[in-house]
Amino acid sequence: MIAEVPNVTLPRLFQISRAVKETHDTFTFELKPLDGGEFTFKPGQFNMVYQFGVGEIPVSISGDPLKKTSIIHTIRAVGGVTKAMRKLKKGDVLGIRGPYGTDWPVLRASGHDVAIVAGGIGLAPLRPVIYHVLANREKYGKVILLYGSRTPLDILFMKEIEKWRARLDTEVAVTVDRASGAWRGNVGVVTTLISKAHFDPAKTMAMVCGPEIMMRFTVQEFITRGVLKDKIYMSMERNMKCAVGFCGHCQWGSNFICKDGPVFRYDTIHDLLMQREM
Amino acid sequence: MRHFVPGNDKIVIDSKELQKLFDVLLRHGYTTIGPTLKDQAIILDEISSTDQLPAGWTDEQAGGTYRLNKRNDDAWFGYVITPTSWKPYLHSPAAKFWSAKRNGRGFDVEEDKKEPAKFAFIGVRACELHAIAIQDKVFYGKEFQDSAYVQKRERAFIVAVNCSVAGHNCFCTSMETGPRVTGHFDIALTEIIDGEHHYFVAETGTDIGAEILREVSITPATEEQVQQAEKVVVKTESQITKLLDTTDLKNMLARNLENRIWDTIGKRCLSCANCTMVCPTCFCTNVEDVTDLSGDHAERWRKWDSCFTVRFSYIHGGSIRNSTKSRYRQWMTHKLSSWVDQFGTFGCTGCGRCITWCPVGIDLTEEAAAIRQGEKHVAVDDEL
Amino acid sequence: MENLESVLKEHAFLSDFPDELLPVIVGCASNVRYDTEQFIFHESEEAKKVYLIRAGKVAVEIFVPGRGHVVIETLEAGDVLGWSWLVPPYYWHFDARVVEPTRAIALDGECLRKKCEENHEMGYQLLKRFFTVLSSRLQATRLQLMDVYGAKADW
Ligand SMILES: Cc1cc2nc3c(=O)[nH]c(=O)nc-3n(C[C@H](O)[C@H](O)[C@H](O)COP(=O)(O)OP(=O)(O)OC[C@H]3O[C@@H](n4cnc5c(N)ncnc54)[C@H](O)[C@@H]3O)c2cc1C
Ligand code: SF4
Ligand code: SF4
Repeated sequence: MIAEVPNVTLPRLFQISRAVKETHDTFTFELKPLDGGEFTFKPGQFNMVYQFGVGEIPVSISGDPLKKTSIIHTIRAVGGVTKAMRKLKKGDVLGIRGPYGTDWPVLRASGHDVAIVAGGIGLAPLRPVIYHVLANREKYGKVILLYGSRTPLDILFMKEIEKWRARLDTEVAVTVDRASGAWRGNVGVVTTLISKAHFDPAKTMAMVCGPEIMMRFTVQEFITRGVLKDKIYMSMERNMKCAVGFCGHCQWGSNFICKDGPVFRYDTIHDLLMQREM
Repeated sequence: MRHFVPGNDKIVIDSKELQKLFDVLLRHGYTTIGPTLKDQAIILDEISSTDQLPAGWTDEQAGGTYRLNKRNDDAWFGYVITPTSWKPYLHSPAAKFWSAKRNGRGFDVEEDKKEPAKFAFIGVRACELHAIAIQDKVFYGKEFQDSAYVQKRERAFIVAVNCSVAGHNCFCTSMETGPRVTGHFDIALTEIIDGEHHYFVAETGTDIGAEILREVSITPATEEQVQQAEKVVVKTESQITKLLDTTDLKNMLARNLENRIWDTIGKRCLSCANCTMVCPTCFCTNVEDVTDLSGDHAERWRKWDSCFTVRFSYIHGGSIRNSTKSRYRQWMTHKLSSWVDQFGTFGCTGCGRCITWCPVGIDLTEEAAAIRQGEKHVAVDDEL
Repeated sequence: MENLESVLKEHAFLSDFPDELLPVIVGCASNVRYDTEQFIFHESEEAKKVYLIRAGKVAVEIFVPGRGHVVIETLEAGDVLGWSWLVPPYYWHFDARVVEPTRAIALDGECLRKKCEENHEMGYQLLKRFFTVLSSRLQATRLQLMDVYGAKADW
């Protein structure tokens, strides 16, 4: 007989149990499954998030991989779907498919210094790495977080960053591209922080997420410092409709970002990164 | 998928008996699809009788042109290839994933539980069998399977027919997909018109193919009839003139992403997306959300999409592939290069449709050759 | 003096500067200290010095009427503040405001220029380092200009 094939386009329903405004354009949802089950993922993976009648978009998971009873998504309102989602409140329901995609090399990084560089909303997909590394602190050497955002008002997870910064076993630096008023922190692009960070390039695992240009400049700084190309990872973004390799939208050279990515090892994508309009 | 077990014995079905094949298939619950004459073309449609086959007609195809001509016999399958492929039957141009109904602040998702269509394809060409096999690799993914495709694919019954004539745009010999039918079929036929005698030499490819044939009047093929059938394919093969040099093709294109030829093509190509629509292997889709006026009922639809649209690569802020040149490059390097990395085969069967249906007659075999040629020039300059 | 020489030698900017040339620089150097909210220099003042920052944080900024001060970049230990002393007619283009108590070695611009003219080896060694700093600042400025996190990135 003909085997039944599950319909991979069907979402699982989750209810918003907490909605937090992070910045003027970014918000975080905590989502609990209506079926009461669990949800597990690896740092760096993403879900397809569906809002009734509006649309479905890829969103990285920004929560703690140890918490299996809920999902955390941090979303920046930029267009049709994300702006509609911003209006949702506690109690509203979203459809979730996932988790999909490759993960950050948290296991491979064991025994290494971990240098995390995030730009803008790019901190969201890296936050699970920070949770993981801090929960397994003894497995890692120095732990460094360098975070750049546009202005002080755009900084995500400020309270949490302060907590990480207060720890003696982490090095945390935040910088903004431009500032005025009361901002007492760094001003300058995030790449300028790399040359000053205290890690041993020979045994550093670098993880980078942010706008593509920011990632390219960041990787150059790491290479200048002597970090090996096969120990630099970055998370890529392309238009994505299905996340299961059928829609073709997220193709990047031979890669499907949805299954071969979004997290890539730099040396495997170097040539593609240098090509325009790929 | 069904196991391909070629039957040892070749058999003969008289043309008058072929109607029985339709009847048996219909009796077994199949919707029979085959070639028929419509709107100045030989197209694929639902047909139930041999009377609907395009007897005595053939097609002439060239870069940017398609024309019907009268044959000097009454062959039923004496045409080259239909404008559209079998793709729409297995990979629908528009299909509903599911629908949802608002329920308080949430919603309930409902899947369509209707029985998937059960198609019998009659007259599938060798290159088309390969096209289906190529799409199988896409939709029977390692991790995920496309249920809409798989359910129809598993049920489909395939009657292949060897080509008895090749067109100007055919290059299946280069892609090693034809013209000879070699696998992936339930029944394969070769049409022979020998004076007054119109018959088909048949072989079975699967148990179910053999089972169906048992209900049709057949006779064992004589050695001479088998020879006749062989001659048909050999003659067709000799008519194929178009070539695509596949030597190192994948790597050659991968290292020529900045070749100047892309600019030249970019200036000609209209980004009309015809090539992707007619291509039997192109699989890209978009998803559309539909709601009713009350907003209480929503549907998600999948529709064919094309990498030739600017929207295709849109991410917040702008499209990745803004220039026509980059979109053509995406399409062609996908077919002939990155597809190999992804699925272990070219994404092109050499059917020639994209050449016939390109309004400006862009021919990917010529362009691939030009790029290869362009690369040689660079190499020579380096040596000087 | 000896003390100042070792402080200079420790600064990232001069870390591999030829030992024999260090005393020449020491001749132009002085140890300085600023408190929060103090201005090290103001836009359009004569650019008399360059500062090798040892500790603290300085904001390089510009005052825009109606918008207040806009910070272009912040500099910290290991950074170099100011290169207008190199470029005639030697005026600052920005304000330098202290954000966190700052200690630095100030090098006198006129003194350095004179020494560089006299000793081209020293001039080359110094300019080479300034060029590296300038080039990385230029890179950073380019990235900043692109406003990569902006709502509508238009490159
Ligand atoms: C793997 C991955 C992880 C992501 N993680 C996050 C995250 O954690 N937080 C977050 O805020 N954003 C994330 N994004 C980006 C997010 O998916 C887009 O911002 C979102 O799709 C924009 O949808 P829109 O309808 O609001 O925007 P519009 O500008 O109206 O876009 C229209 C459509 O284009 C497509 N599209 C537009 N931008 C993107 C994009 N950047 N990536 C993919 N498709 C796009 C979508 O289908 C979208 O519905 C991620 C993207 C990817 C690929
Ligand atoms: S690329 Fe052109 S020739 Fe190749 S399979 Fe597609 S339509 Fe046919
Ligand atoms: S190659 Fe021809 S058919 Fe394809 S998009 Fe361009 S103009 Fe249209």
